[in-house]
Amino acid sequence: MKFTFDWLKEHLHTERPLSDIVEKLSMIGLEVEGVEDRAQSLASFRVALVVSAKKHPDADRLQVCMVDCGDGDPIQVVCGAPNARAGMKGVFAAPGSYIPGINVTLKKSKIRGEESNGMLLSEREMGLSDDHEGIVELPEDTEIGIAAVDVLGLSDPVIEIGLTPNRQDCAGVRGIARDLAAAGLGTMKPLDAPQTQGDFASPIQWQRDFPNDAQGACPLVVGRYFRGVENGPSPQWLQDRLCAIGLRPISALVDITNYVTFDLARPLHVFDAANVKGDITMRLAKDGEKVLALDGGEYELESDMTVIADDNGVEAIGGIMGGEASAVTENTTDVFLEVALFDPVRTATSGRKLGIMSDARYRFERGVDPESAFWGTHVATKMILDLCGGEASELTFAGEMPNWRRELRLRISRVASLGGLDVPGDEQVRILADLGFDPVDEGDNICTVIPSWRQDINGEADLAEEILRIRGYDDIPAVPLSREAVVAMPAWSASQRRESAARRILASRGMTEAVTFSFMKRKTAEIFGFDNEALAVDNPISADLDTMRPSILPNLLEAAQRNADRGYPDVALFEVGPIYSSDEEDGQANVATAIRIGKQHSRHWCTPQRDVDAWDAKADAYAALEAVGAPIENLQVTMDPPQWFHPGRAGVFRLGPNALASFGDIHPATLREMNIDGPAVGMVVNLHLVPLARKNKAKSGSGAARPLLHLSPFQAVHRDFAFVVDNVVSAGEILRAARSADKNLVVDASVFDVYEGDNVGEDKKSVAISVTLQPTEATLTDEKIEAVVKKITTEVKQRTGGVLRG
Amino acid sequence: MENLEQLRDELLSQVEAVDPEELEALRVSLLGKRGSITEMVKGIGRLPLEDRRDVGQQLNVLKTVIADAIDSKKEALDAQTLDAGLAADRIDLSLSQRPEGVGRIHPISQTIDEMVAIFCEMGFTVAEGPHIESDFNNFTALNIPPEHPARQDHDTFYLPANEKGERKVLRTHTSPVQIRTMVNEKPPIRIVVPGRTFRADHDATHSPMFHQIEGLVIDQTTHMGHLKGCLIEFCRAFFDIDNLPVRFRPSYFPFTEPSAEVDIGCSHEDGGLTIGAGADWLEILGCGMVNPHVLENCGIDSEKYQGFAFGLGIERAAMLKYGIPDLRTFYESDIRWLKHYGFVPLDVPNVAEGLFR
Repeated sequence: MKFTFDWLKEHLHTERPLSDIVEKLSMIGLEVEGVEDRAQSLASFRVALVVSAKKHPDADRLQVCMVDCGDGDPIQVVCGAPNARAGMKGVFAAPGSYIPGINVTLKKSKIRGEESNGMLLSEREMGLSDDHEGIVELPEDTEIGIAAVDVLGLSDPVIEIGLTPNRQDCAGVRGIARDLAAAGLGTMKPLDAPQTQGDFASPIQWQRDFPNDAQGACPLVVGRYFRGVENGPSPQWLQDRLCAIGLRPISALVDITNYVTFDLARPLHVFDAANVKGDITMRLAKDGEKVLALDGGEYELESDMTVIADDNGVEAIGGIMGGEASAVTENTTDVFLEVALFDPVRTATSGRKLGIMSDARYRFERGVDPESAFWGTHVATKMILDLCGGEASELTFAGEMPNWRRELRLRISRVASLGGLDVPGDEQVRILADLGFDPVDEGDNICTVIPSWRQDINGEADLAEEILRIRGYDDIPAVPLSREAVVAMPAWSASQRRESAARRILASRGMTEAVTFSFMKRKTAEIFGFDNEALAVDNPISADLDTMRPSILPNLLEAAQRNADRGYPDVALFEVGPIYSSDEEDGQANVATAIRIGKQHSRHWCTPQRDVDAWDAKADAYAALEAVGAPIENLQVTMDPPQWFHPGRAGVFRLGPNALASFGDIHPATLREMNIDGPAVGMVVNLHLVPLARKNKAKSGSGAARPLLHLSPFQAVHRDFAFVVDNVVSAGEILRAARSADKNLVVDASVFDVYEGDNVGEDKKSVAISVTLQPTEATLTDEKIEAVVKKITTEVKQRTGGVLRG
Repeated sequence: MENLEQLRDELLSQVEAVDPEELEALRVSLLGKRGSITEMVKGIGRLPLEDRRDVGQQLNVLKTVIADAIDSKKEALDAQTLDAGLAADRIDLSLSQRPEGVGRIHPISQTIDEMVAIFCEMGFTVAEGPHIESDFNNFTALNIPPEHPARQDHDTFYLPANEKGERKVLRTHTSPVQIRTMVNEKPPIRIVVPGRTFRADHDATHSPMFHQIEGLVIDQTTHMGHLKGCLIEFCRAFFDIDNLPVRFRPSYFPFTEPSAEVDIGCSHEDGGLTIGAGADWLEILGCGMVNPHVLENCGIDSEKYQGFAFGLGIERAAMLKYGIPDLRTFYESDIRWLKHYGFVPLDVPNVAEGLFR
C-alpha cells in the first residue's frame, strides 16, 4: 500500500516531520517498507529555458543548445532529443549531478567536438517513467531556475507500507491517518461526503438475483446515473498522486475510481451508460460465460463467481475487474456508478481461479467497510460532479446493509494481565475512541461496538492488542520467564538424543553431515522401494522433487556424484533425518544414513590407498548403533539386505527379528541406474527401532548406575585355534560356539585370520580364532586349560563341523 | 699397600681407555672367575693371619671401585652408541600424518542445538511432530480457516486426497506441533519445536524445504512482558551480543493476538551486514500471545490459560550469525561448503562452554 505525505495530510492534521510519521507507522503495526523522497533525490535538477537550438555541425540527430538556468549566463549543451527547440522550458542537470534513470554521474564532455556542460532530461533519465521519446517539456509560464521537482509535482514523498491481511481499513489513506491520530501524531480531518439529492430517477436500476445460499455474495449495491459529464483528463494534483503511487492517469472518471479506492479503501466502478442495455443485475455467473476484462484478457467464468450483467451479458467481474464493453472513454457523456459490497471469500476464490490481482480484489478480499456503500456513493458523486460536471440521478440500490454491529467487552485489567502493561482505564477508552470505537467505561469493563471498518476485531484479545499497539510495545517491560527448577531439566528426550548421538559419532568418524530434501524424483524413489501412492506430492515444485523419500541413500549418492563431478570423487556423507513410508503419523521415521564413495582416503605417501568396502560401512553402522545404545553384544548379522545392496557383500544387524541397521556395498545395478560412478558403500541405522535404555523404576535412584564390576586378580590366558570349516559357515557361528563352551571362563573370542586355498581343500576355509579365558576363583592350571580347550573344540565341531587344522 | 693404589690407578686408566668392544673382555680379565682381582682375593688365604683383614678390606675396595668404573664406562658407551644411532635415525616430519577423515556437523544441526541449549536454560523441552500433517492441524486449528487469505501465502504442498476426500499437507510451519502438544498435554506447557517445513517456493531466498523453530508457553500468568523477556534473552544469547538492540513491532498472525514481529539491531555500513547496535533493524522472528480461538480449538480453557508462541527460521538465523550468504547452498551437499561452514563433531553446543564458535 503506497501513499504520499501530502495525501496523508488530506486526512491528518499534523505538524510532525516525515521521519516521525515513518517511525511511528512501523511501531503501530503498519510496517514501512520504503520511503521515496524525490524532493531529495532529484533536488539538483532545475527548470531551464532553451535559448537557442542549432543543428550540430558534425551530427545529424544532435543539436547544440544554449540553456539558461536563471543565472543569466547561458550554458552550451549538446542534446539528442527531437523535441528540443528554442523557447521551450525543460529540466536541466548540471555536471556533477546524479542521473537516476541511467545510473550515471554527469561530467562535462565534448560530443563530436562540441562542448556539452550538462543535460536536458527525459522522464526516463529522471527515473519517472520509461518515456524516452524526448526531453521533459514544462509549461511556458514556468519560472526558470527553480527546482524541477516542485513544478513536476514530485516533491511529495512516497511512503509504502506492508499491510497485514487483517487491516481492511488501512488499505486506504484515511485508515492510516486514523491510526496515526490515535497514536498522537495529529488530528483527523472530517470526511467530505455531502449527500447530493438526485435530480431525476436513474434510468438504470440495480437488481440482485442470487440463489438463497448465495445472498451474501453481494449483500448490497448502491449506484446512480450521471448525465452530461465530460470525461477529460483529471486535474494535475490527482494525476500527480496517482503517478506517485505507480498508477497511470487515464481519464477523470477512471482516475476518480482509482483515487477513492486508495484514499478510502472503497473500490468503485463506472459503466458507460450508452453501452449498458437494460438494468444491471448482480448475479452468479453461468458456467462458461465469458467476459473481456479491462486488462485486455478474456476470462471464462464459473458458476460460483459474482458478475455484474445487463441484457448484453456479463459487464464486469464482481469485486475484481470491469469489462471492456462498457468501459468509459473520453467520449462518455452518461455513466452509471457501482458502489457494491462483495463477499471477501468469494472474491478471493474467484480472483485466484481467474489469476487476476487488482486493487479492487485486494480490498474486497480483506473486507470493505459495509457503510461505505452509501458514503462511498456520496464521495464519488461529489468528485464526479466537481471534476466532470453533469448532473446526478437519485440513488438506486438493491439488497440491504449487512448487520456488522458487534458488541465487545474488555476487562480493563486484561490489558495488563495479557499484555504485561498497566494502561489506565481512561487511556484505554481514549485510544479506542480515537480508533473509531464507541467505548463506554463501565468501571471494571469497557463496552464497545466495533467500527464498521474493523471487521477484524473479534474479541477481547483484539481490543487489548489495539490498546497495546497504539500505546506502543516499547512500553511493555520485559520480564524474565519464571523458572520451575533452578537447574534446567534436559530439553531433549531420550529418543531425540539418539539422533544427536548418531550425528556426532558419524561426524567424528570422518563423515560430513548433509541436509537434503525430504522429496526426490519418483524414478529414484522406486529403486529404493517406493510403493505408496499417498506419498506422491500432488503439486510438486518440479518433477525432480515429486515423491516423499523412502530412503536417504539416493540423495547422498547423488550428492556424492555431484561432488565427484566437481573434482572431489572421494567423499563420506551422512544425514540423520526422516524417511516416509505412509502418510500416517507412524509412517515417518528418523534414520541415520551414511555413504562412502570412491577411495577410503586420498593418496598418501605411506598408507596404501584402497576402495571403500563393506567393512567401512559395517564399522560405521556398528559405531552408530553403539553410540545410540543398541545392545551390541546381542546383535546378529544376517546376509539378507534390502535389494539396493549387493546381495553377497552387504548385511543386516538384527536384534531378534528387528533389522536395526543394514550396511554394505551398494548394488552395482543400482549405481548404474542412478549414474553413480562408485565404488560406493552405505549404511542405514533405524534409530527408531533401537530400544531405549530402560530406567529401572523398581529400584531407587536415576537408573544411571552401572552393574557392579568385579575385577579378577588372576591372570587371563589366551589360546589360539584354527578350525577348518566348510566355507559357507560364518565366522560368527564359530565365535558363538567358542563363547558358549564355558560362559564363565571364556570372556572374549575373536577371529585373527581367515585362509582359503589349496592347503585346506576345496570349498573349505581355515578360521583362526583367539580365545581369552579369565578365571575368577584361582589361577588356571594346565589341566583346567586343557579341559576348556577341549570343550571349545568339541563345541565348535558340533555346531559348525569345524575341525582343528593339523 | 702402595702397589695396590698404583694398581688401582693403572686399572682405572685402562678402563677409561678401553675400546667399547673390549670392555666386556677387560671386565672378565679383572673381575671374572679367573680375573686378576678375583685371583688376588682368592690369594688372601695365603697371607699371614694378621695381614688378612687389612688386605681383604683393601682388595674389596679395589674390586668395588673397578666394578663401578666398568659399569659407568658401559653406561657412557651405551649412551654414546644410542646417540650415534639416533643421530642417524631422522624422519621428515613435514610429511603428512596418516590420513584420518575429518567430519563436520551441518550448520542447521549446530544452530538447532545452540537454540535448544538456550531455551533449555529457560525451562523448555523439545517437542516434535510429523511432517505430513492434516489440514486441520496445519491451518484450521491455528485459526486459519479454508478461505483465509493467510492460507494463500503459505504455498502449500499437498498429498493426494484419500478415500474420504481429505488432502494431507506437508506442514508449512512447525506450528501444528503447538496444536498436537496442547491437545495431548495439560498446561503448564513450555516447548520448542525445531524441524523441517515445506513451501512450494524455490528461488534465491526461498527453498521448498527449510527449518523453523517454534516456541510455545502456556500457563495461567504468562503475558507479553514474559514474551519480550524470553525473546530478548534468546536473541542476545544466540548472537552473543549483550547489548543487542531488540524491538517488538505490532504485526498480524492468525494464531496470535496480540502479535508482534521482532527486529534486531544491525548496520549496513561498508556494504556488509553487522549484527549489533547500528542504524538499521533486521526482522528476525514472529511471535505473539496465543489466540484464544487456538486455545479453545485444542480444548484449553482460554479464560483460565494464556501464553505466547513464537517462530523463526533456522537457516536465516544461521546465515546471520555465521555469515552464510546463500540459502540454497544449505542443501547442495557441496563438500567444500560443508567443510567450510560445518562444525567439528565434538563441539556440542552448551551454555557452560558458550554458544559462539
